[in-house]
Amino acid sequence: MAEVKQPGDGVRIDLISGERMAGLTGMEKIRMILDGVREGNIVILEEGLSPDEESKLIEVTMTEISPDEFNGIEIETYPRSEAADTSFLGRLMGKESTKKLTVIGPANQIETLHKDETLIQTLVSRK
Amino acid sequence: MGLLTNLKSSISRAASTLFSADKQQRIGIYGPPNAGKTTLANRVVRDWTEHGDAVGPESHVPHETRRARRKENIEIERNDKMVTIDIVDTPGVTTKVDYTEFLEHDMDEDDAVRRSREATEGVAEAMHWLREDVDGVIYVLDAATDPFTQVNTMLIGIIESQDLPVLILANKIDLEGASVQRIRNAFPQHETVPVSALEGDNMDEVYDKIAEYFG
Repeated sequence: MAEVKQPGDGVRIDLISGERMAGLTGMEKIRMILDGVREGNIVILEEGLSPDEESKLIEVTMTEISPDEFNGIEIETYPRSEAADTSFLGRLMGKESTKKLTVIGPANQIETLHKDETLIQTLVSRK
Repeated sequence: MGLLTNLKSSISRAASTLFSADKQQRIGIYGPPNAGKTTLANRVVRDWTEHGDAVGPESHVPHETRRARRKENIEIERNDKMVTIDIVDTPGVTTKVDYTEFLEHDMDEDDAVRRSREATEGVAEAMHWLREDVDGVIYVLDAATDPFTQVNTMLIGIIESQDLPVLILANKIDLEGASVQRIRNAFPQHETVPVSALEGDNMDEVYDKIAEYFG
């Protein structure tokens, strides 16, 4: 039987599929992200969050910041695609695209080195 | 279900716009910490109100504004037309607050912890205002720093998703290294107006645009 690694051995990365996120409510998504990040994990979302969910993520993150315990999050996504349907009619029809890979981690463990339209480079350190 | 919700929300917003032609617009001043939001709010209030009381204190220490502050009935006259708005100066938005950074500004630990706690409450409050209580946004950026940050990208996306009119101000053009073009390149879908709220440079154009966007 393979040896089970302990969390102290490295940094855990959770890659969460769009399919898994689709079955959750906005608050469940935020809770899942913050629970993971507060344990020191890096959370990668295949399809990202909607603007409204991003707004609530910032708000809930702020309520959980605590000195010497949790400083907040670092979040990076690719810029929204110019081709995405963000017109009023598009949103009215529910076509707004939120599919953008998103990386979220504890602010004291993840540092963005470089970001452009096609590449996100981050430096992740252990707690 | 998503379609129905979107439809209801869009109809509600369109109806509210349609029947509120005379409604006084509540304009939120948003942006990252230290962009000069309070300096701008104070400049607007001093230029257009009789007593000209400051909206709030200005400081180079981040998160000086930790509560959203509203100033009502600001009457701006442009081209023989009077535009009346309320302005809401909001705390700078961020995804992280580390109290140890305040220690570098000659604060003792208790004060730094208190400031960080108030700052987090202020950011949460600012996000709530954005979702619920503003009719338009003036987004203030420091033209001497990189605008292409995640917080700016997310906030502009959130504002766009709410169909709120947004005017981007490239503030601090008096500083060496300021680049208005860098901001225009980051957000080409919106108009960017250069300004120095501290020096009062180009405020006439800012007032023209406020009247145009929010009048």
